[in-house]
Amino acid sequence: MTHDSIDLPGVSHARLRTYVVGFALSIALTAIPFGLVAFGLDRFPHSAILIAITLAAIVQIVVQLHYFLHLDRTSDQSWNLLAIVFTVLIIAIMLLGTLWIMFDLHARMM
Amino acid sequence: MTTTALSHDASSVHQHAESVNNAVFGFWIYIMSDCILFAILFATFGVMQHNYAGGPSGKELFDLPYVFAETLLLLTSSVTYGLAVLAMNRKNKSRVLGWLLLTFLFGLSFIGMEVSEFQRMILAGNGPERSGFLSAFFTLVGTHGLHVSFGLIGMLVMMVQVMRKGLSIPVQSRLIRLSMFWHFLDIVWIGVFTVVYLMGVM
Repeated sequence: MTHDSIDLPGVSHARLRTYVVGFALSIALTAIPFGLVAFGLDRFPHSAILIAITLAAIVQIVVQLHYFLHLDRTSDQSWNLLAIVFTVLIIAIMLLGTLWIMFDLHARMM
Repeated sequence: MTTTALSHDASSVHQHAESVNNAVFGFWIYIMSDCILFAILFATFGVMQHNYAGGPSGKELFDLPYVFAETLLLLTSSVTYGLAVLAMNRKNKSRVLGWLLLTFLFGLSFIGMEVSEFQRMILAGNGPERSGFLSAFFTLVGTHGLHVSFGLIGMLVMMVQVMRKGLSIPVQSRLIRLSMFWHFLDIVWIGVFTVVYLMGVM
């Protein structure tokens, strides 16, 4: 039982500090958008709140990918990174394409 | 004789690491394809979100403090699973079991809250058949909830495996893959609470 540990990029380098920092950042990036929508709707323009909560969500996704899934730009993660970049591309095409076509259709049917 | 035995041992360790690496990468590809599934459900929700058909809107249905509590439960469960992986790296079997149990309980509370939210809406006549908006809502949030439920089943299975087989290489490999699945579900939930609940209330 001498060789019973797994040496995986990311997982074996995980530290308690990584999870604590990720947790703190995630709590902040959750509390801010909830606070803005709960208390800020009559104080700030809605478009500003929309942009703020979208940004908070994107930042939190990156934070969790980095601190919880240990994704970074080191060379032993390059395949994982390549896969996620490709996925983001596909999602962008499908998501934005769907919304664009459907809202355009909606506008033309009015 | 001893040298061949040694080199054989070393190459089998190398093969172990190689196969675990491949399994983890394969699981990452699965997660990416699941991302695309959720992206399509988000796109559907985006198209349907204002089709109320005379029914209630998100503003009337959603309770922000309730959703905030759900979010904190899922987020905390993601961190406690991370702590289980740390305990696994230190070969501390009882700690792994403890953190897994805690993660399971947080996840179960999340699902409990979600099921009771769904139940309340359906009993009030606001089920998926009420409007296009609610169909898309139940499909998106329900699919996420179904994933979380399968994650909970996976956790039960892994707790039994850790107890029976100990922290062997295959068990560690499975624990890591389940951790990726669990963190991924928390990431999907960020999209859900932002797009469905926060933007729905605005």
